[in-house]
Amino acid sequence: MDIEELMSQARSMFPGAIERVVHSGKGGAEIQCRREALQRLCDWLFNQKNYHFSGLIVEEHPHNWQLRYLFTGPEILLVKTGAPLEEATFPSISEAVHAADWHEREAEDLYGLTFEGHPLLGDFILHDNAWQEGIAPMRNGFNPEVALANRLPNREWRPRRILTAPGAFIMPIGPVFGGATESVHFQLETTGEEVIRAFPRLFFKYRGVEKLAEGRKIDEALLLAERFAGNTAFAHALAFCLAVEQLADIKAPGRARILRIFFAELERLRHHLGVIAGICNSTGLVVAASQVAILEEEALRLAGGLAGHRYLFGLTVPGGLSLDMNDQACREVAVNAQDIIRRLDGIKNTLINTSSFMDRLEEVGMVTRDQARGFGLAGPVARASDYCNDLRRIQPYSGYESFDFKVPCETEGDGYARLRLFLAEAAQSARIMEQAVAALPPGAVFAPCEATAGQALAGVEAPCGGMWNWLRLDEYGTLERYHFLTPSFSNWHGFHLAVEYFTFQDFPIILATFGLSVAENDR
Amino acid sequence: MSRWIIKGLKTGVVTTRYPRHTEDAPGVSPGLPRAMRPGEDAGDTLGYDCPTGALRHVDGRLVVERGRCVHCFRCVRNVAKPAPWEDGFEWTAIRDDGSRVPGAFQHSIYICVIDAGGCGACINEIKHLNNPYYNIHRLGFFITPTPRKADLLLVVGPVTDHMKVALQKTYDAMPTPKRVMAIGACAISGGVFGSGFVTGAGIADVLPVDVTIPGCPPPPLAILHGLLVLAGRKDAAQALAPSLKSTKKTAEAG
Ligand code: SF4
Repeated sequence: MDIEELMSQARSMFPGAIERVVHSGKGGAEIQCRREALQRLCDWLFNQKNYHFSGLIVEEHPHNWQLRYLFTGPEILLVKTGAPLEEATFPSISEAVHAADWHEREAEDLYGLTFEGHPLLGDFILHDNAWQEGIAPMRNGFNPEVALANRLPNREWRPRRILTAPGAFIMPIGPVFGGATESVHFQLETTGEEVIRAFPRLFFKYRGVEKLAEGRKIDEALLLAERFAGNTAFAHALAFCLAVEQLADIKAPGRARILRIFFAELERLRHHLGVIAGICNSTGLVVAASQVAILEEEALRLAGGLAGHRYLFGLTVPGGLSLDMNDQACREVAVNAQDIIRRLDGIKNTLINTSSFMDRLEEVGMVTRDQARGFGLAGPVARASDYCNDLRRIQPYSGYESFDFKVPCETEGDGYARLRLFLAEAAQSARIMEQAVAALPPGAVFAPCEATAGQALAGVEAPCGGMWNWLRLDEYGTLERYHFLTPSFSNWHGFHLAVEYFTFQDFPIILATFGLSVAENDR
Repeated sequence: MSRWIIKGLKTGVVTTRYPRHTEDAPGVSPGLPRAMRPGEDAGDTLGYDCPTGALRHVDGRLVVERGRCVHCFRCVRNVAKPAPWEDGFEWTAIRDDGSRVPGAFQHSIYICVIDAGGCGACINEIKHLNNPYYNIHRLGFFITPTPRKADLLLVVGPVTDHMKVALQKTYDAMPTPKRVMAIGACAISGGVFGSGFVTGAGIADVLPVDVTIPGCPPPPLAILHGLLVLAGRKDAAQALAPSLKSTKKTAEAG
């Protein structure tokens, strides 16, 4: 269905709701919607038209608020609504679009907006036991450079409890736990054996990256875009560069575009190896974990040897790449990647014949397709539950449309399905790398990129799932607003679904099969 | 299970020959810019715009503050005269003000790791210390999940507001004598995040730092070098500046 038709349907269903539709270049549109009709329109797009909800983008302008609700599918739709600055109240859409739940909580916490009808606002990004209510750091005029002294934390704050059964208690885990792990805290409500309610308490690592980026030049912001989540840095930097290139109205040269795909897949391969090693480790299979860790280290070295940095930092820049590659060296890396996959296959065959391993994954940590859609899950985790969204397919960028690859999908939604998915995707990545080196054209890897003022939205399929970058640039070339919509944010939102009603021993295993990044969520 | 034993044996030894020998396999380290040697021509290197202030010109000489470099490669790629760059990974700097307990850490070291807001890359590199390529067990270093039996605290990240309490508590829970190692540019100097409304300019504002490992992230070998320095089995690359403390700006909550 094209946008014209969709909009004429919407107009007849909701008379007077849509004020204006502005088409954007790439088969997308910005739909200006009246505040009162927001709920109904979003409900319809999400529940009737099956668009994926990708996030909420809030902007404070000198006199008004602008909110954009991002729905993605074959088209990119931004449902836009607004209000004068003093009316910081919007209807909550999260009852109909559950995926919007955390996005509204974020906007409430950081901008001080109110979402009418939202059941649970407050204590989210800024922890109430460290900050008093009423501080909205993303507001214009909040100085990001100084720490706030004299805060009045709420010392009465206690974790929320739902379970009232006799003997019920909360088992706290973290934020510092288990060897070398990222900082996150879990409150697991239980009556003994099973985790009945799970609340991950996140944002211990909130660094205010979006606020820090405001007022910075593109070059400086690139460092933040790339490094707020180092394990998937290349994908994030790429999304940022694509957005900047949109504003400059250029495309990176052909060679750079293919090399970007090459490196994005090398990163995905390495990321997935890390997740697979983590899954083996969580079940206590130390030898298997070591075997996969060897492969991960080799992938890191391939990146380091070729691009100078094991995590590909500093490689992609607006306009292309900072460094040209030797064709032969790329070919060798692609061959090595295939070799890694061959050895991974060997490990996989031994794994599936290890019953102690399989028993801990099969039918453990299930997420249904409806849940995945409802919570807006992304990436391998969603695809393991038969909810198949892959931006490389549905919104191809950088030239993915000319590559031949599969988007693996599984139906069971359990831990084993997720493991299979990570394995299958790693193999596809190696395949794409091979095609990339075969298709590598000669030429430059960099074109000058002069971004002009405006707004841009760019998405890439990061290793954890689709991620979107929204940026607004002013006429001086500095960022007015920079917002990430990351897959880990959506996947953490749905994580509790998988662990509830499973035992405590299953918890670390289910956590490992989700392959979640805390840094990517916390920002 | 026997299948895994066979698989393990078949893999053979992949472990690095470091520290007995040097390790120069491709991709083990991103390297760092190095200071100009005496007599080396500084040329037009003055023009670098290092985003973190790691590279500066002082009296006609190029000065490198390793703890600030984030390997953005902007001083070496697509510039007329690249800054001098060196491979290697032995970058550890150590505080040596006489307060160290001699011999306390010469044998084995138990390590507790805390993520105070890193991007995840440092944590990943620390994890890799346990993989067969580096295998720090063979050298008597062990990562432990609890601070109660740890000798050494490895801290990554610029110290976010929400992690301050956890960081302090973890440190307090460790028995004395204890040491603190700042891993990576964020923990040393705030890195790309810098000092801001929810991040600090490194951990020196919160804890006494004994050892710093530059890098963004420092590769596993750089961290291994730090452990060996602490155990007295390798020499540090340099001494730590006497005061790492920064002056963090604060404002009244409105
Ligand atoms: S690589 Fe980047 S951070 Fe390091 S010295 Fe060069 S310009 Fe500075």
